[in-house]
Amino acid sequence: MPIEKFVTLESTYIPLPIENVDTDQIIPARFLKATTKEGFGKNLFCDWRYEKDGSPKKDFVLNDPTYSGEILVAGKNFGSGSSREHAAWAIAGYGFKVVVSSYFADIFRNNSLNNGVLPVVVSEPFLNKLFECVEKDPKTKLKVDLEKQSITNLATGDTESFEINSYKKNCLLNGYDDIDFLLSIKPEIEAYEKQTVKF
Amino acid sequence: MAGKTLFDKIWDAHVVKSIEDGPNVLYIDRQFVHEVTSPQAFAGVKERGIQVFRPNQTFATPDHNIPTKDQHLPIQEELSRMQVATLAKNCEDFGVTQFGLGHPYNGIVHVVGPELGITQPGMTIVCGDSHTSTHGAFGAIAFGIGTSEVEMCLSTQCIMQPKPKKMRINVEGTLKPGVTSKDIALYIIAKLTTGGGTGYFVEFAGSTIRSLSMEARMTLCNMSIELGARGGMIAPDEVTIEYVKGREYAPKGEAWNKAVAYWRSLPTDTDAVFDKEYTYKAEEIDPMITYGTNPGMGVAITGNIPSLDSIDKASHKTYLKSLEYMGFAPGEKMIGKKVDYVFVGSCTNGRIEDLRMFADAIKGKKKASNVIAWIVPGSRQVEKQAKEEGLIEILEAAGFELRQPGCSACLAMNDDKIPAGMVAVATSNRNFEGRQGPGARTLLASPLTAAAAAISGVITDPRSIN
Repeated sequence: MPIEKFVTLESTYIPLPIENVDTDQIIPARFLKATTKEGFGKNLFCDWRYEKDGSPKKDFVLNDPTYSGEILVAGKNFGSGSSREHAAWAIAGYGFKVVVSSYFADIFRNNSLNNGVLPVVVSEPFLNKLFECVEKDPKTKLKVDLEKQSITNLATGDTESFEINSYKKNCLLNGYDDIDFLLSIKPEIEAYEKQTVKF
Repeated sequence: MAGKTLFDKIWDAHVVKSIEDGPNVLYIDRQFVHEVTSPQAFAGVKERGIQVFRPNQTFATPDHNIPTKDQHLPIQEELSRMQVATLAKNCEDFGVTQFGLGHPYNGIVHVVGPELGITQPGMTIVCGDSHTSTHGAFGAIAFGIGTSEVEMCLSTQCIMQPKPKKMRINVEGTLKPGVTSKDIALYIIAKLTTGGGTGYFVEFAGSTIRSLSMEARMTLCNMSIELGARGGMIAPDEVTIEYVKGREYAPKGEAWNKAVAYWRSLPTDTDAVFDKEYTYKAEEIDPMITYGTNPGMGVAITGNIPSLDSIDKASHKTYLKSLEYMGFAPGEKMIGKKVDYVFVGSCTNGRIEDLRMFADAIKGKKKASNVIAWIVPGSRQVEKQAKEEGLIEILEAAGFELRQPGCSACLAMNDDKIPAGMVAVATSNRNFEGRQGPGARTLLASPLTAAAAAISGVITDPRSIN
């Protein structure tokens, strides 16, 4: 089943200059009781975003109309902790297509890619500059080009290249899904099973 | 050519296909499934109109949502009841073995797999749960995956994974009294941070690790994800083989002999090379406790919360946000801080040795009146053994009760929630904001440190209570 394609994106971005944002913050465990993938966006960062009575917390960036965009820019080690793919569903459900940080937790990174959300790793100086620029001008834009594997801060013109393996890149550019691929190589999987020893 | 690591030997034996500049198609020997991260995966399999490819290699148990009281009654909360029922239905529809609520083998997935002998050395093991790293204690490659990958594994018994880099962490020497494998884990994570292992698979080695029991090894490997590592593992040895022998799903007869011969071939070759290597001395490790909102924010129990000038300036904002949440200030000492709750349990420290350790420490003493304690066994089998060993009498005489098994207050998906603002000493694995309930303040520690807090009502050095 195809995932959403990603080719290029030019967008303003939302800054979250907090380090080690864990998946319990992205989507708290009490929201994991659903049996479908829909509806997680409204609870993204729930405990940072809403007061106990459900009203928006004024000081949280997603509630600040100054900032908008389809790119989330976060402090280092984003997505650590639990393997819950609900975190990726919440980020995609909210409308983010790219998350930028100086590094991501491994499971979160895989989960994002499997849901058409592109995790972009940049250097610490590039990341800090993004926080600076958006503070000065919230309309600062970023351009992400998957084909070229480049990210550009359009305020400064600074560009960095980012890593993604060519298999995953191809999946995102074309909207391919890993499961379709695995199902297509079933004969090879069965052949592997035959030649391995089982105890 | 350099020799191979334990990790390489198992990984390479499970590669069905390598994709150029891409991931490996990795064959998975065992998948564990629980109710929270599987419904969308089973739904995907149904939607494609296919079957579970190898149902006899998948084992399921509900654990995250289940109550730890009155398990014979229907689960009161509707969404939890639905999720548990959905797991049962999916397992029935696809022919997957499930140890459902009330089954004598029910319990936390990472406690159940090892105790039934489903987890074995040399295997690749996945589960939609980050603490799947626990199973690495047997010398298996075990790691947590997302729900899309659960669906891949149900559909094809394979997942697509780039091969991680390799790290070895050696711990050498003899642990001091009162120091457990939980303290080793918290010590290493405090040194390397929660991102220190990102991109790596860790092998724990050295004389200290060799001296650990199987259950202590599971605690250590369980916490390797808190280092940011893909997983942690320990080479199989006589301790491993002795533990697996005779368990329900362990190989029997001639198959056992063949399996053991294979397992003995797995340890890392002496000339193998790691991408990164660290060595620590056991005698430098004290009982540890966390003070902040990630597992890397830990200190020796006799220590102080780091002062602001010892923290990198770029991290000040995050650091102060964390301490504000905890209600602590930089520089404060940990000993003597008031404790409201004590939670003993979880896939980290919910096994029989953990309960024994706690029971031994509180034996003949009384629970502090200001503390509410939840002692939760990791499985029905652990609960049964605790009864048989008379641990329940020891607990009850000191004012504690043993609840029924499940993940419980580790992530508070059931009713076991720490109220906002309350301080809990927990033997679980994560002290993230809100992890044990919105506003809850979690201090991670060993069962011994939990016992010391439970009887004194404040943070106490476990070495001072006996």
